[in-house]
Amino acid sequence: MRMELIQPFIGSLDAVLAEMMKEPAKIVDLAMEEEGYRRKGLAASVTFKGQIEGRVILDMDPQAAVRVAGYLSGAEVDPAEPIVPEVVCELANMVIGNAVTQLNDRGFEFKVLPPEVLTEAQCEAAGQDSEATILCFETASGCVNLNIVMHYHSRRTRERTPVSVS
Amino acid sequence: MKQFDPLTRKKDNQPVRYLVVDDSVFARKSLAKMIESFGGQVVGEAGDGCTAITEYARTKPDIVLMDITMPQMEGIEAVERIVQEHPEARIVMVSSVGYQDNILAALQKGARHFVQKPVKPEALYEIIRYVLNDDGVTAPVGAGGEKAR
Repeated sequence: MRMELIQPFIGSLDAVLAEMMKEPAKIVDLAMEEEGYRRKGLAASVTFKGQIEGRVILDMDPQAAVRVAGYLSGAEVDPAEPIVPEVVCELANMVIGNAVTQLNDRGFEFKVLPPEVLTEAQCEAAGQDSEATILCFETASGCVNLNIVMHYHSRRTRERTPVSVS
Repeated sequence: MKQFDPLTRKKDNQPVRYLVVDDSVFARKSLAKMIESFGGQVVGEAGDGCTAITEYARTKPDIVLMDITMPQMEGIEAVERIVQEHPEARIVMVSSVGYQDNILAALQKGARHFVQKPVKPEALYEIIRYVLNDDGVTAPVGAGGEKAR
């Protein structure tokens, strides 16, 4: 996957966490993964369609999600409260929304679908078909991972179009 | 959260009434906290465009804060339908997706302004002041009883 497609996600996660949690995020690892996606904590996924198609999963340590939920709601939060996955979903929405806005400014057109909290079963299905780029970030509240699968739709379409040979 | 000079309606000096539309419960709560810090009142909430239309008709809010990406009916279509029925509606789009095309489409359908998530309270306050003042509503009384800005 080209770095120009990844860079907006790094900048966006840093900016969103800085605004929402008042703490910076440090990228500690970048890896490619071909095996199925395995959820590490609480996860939410955002799908986009258009010239670039794919999905991004934001996956947080449960204790990080609880801390963020507590910080953002201004009160101590129980890990079982529904607000915790809600916060992960909204963080995913903001990080991915900001990143795809930057990609759109660079000329890529696509439509973003609403974020979804991922269940265990959905996680297994989420990474079966493609190579993913994994970005691992460290924050004072815990680890945040972005699992990104993207491909150029137009190129894929061109590759499948039969070429006539005279 | 920082407290702002209360924004009130010019006609009766009552708190500004808001309808908050977002499919995320957390986002709605977060916006409601900001509204409270502006001295406003949330009179309705909706999690999709269809509900937003019926809630608008029911509550007749002064301001609608409307997300774009939502299930069932997206925010831009909801804006179009609300403004068709209620041309006086003052709708501010609040979305994490800030494409030029999205912003233009929302403004063309009748939205008054756009703010990108994550929302900075200061930015939203200024936008609401702008949108309200545009229709003759203002922030007359500051915390110290002085005329606000």
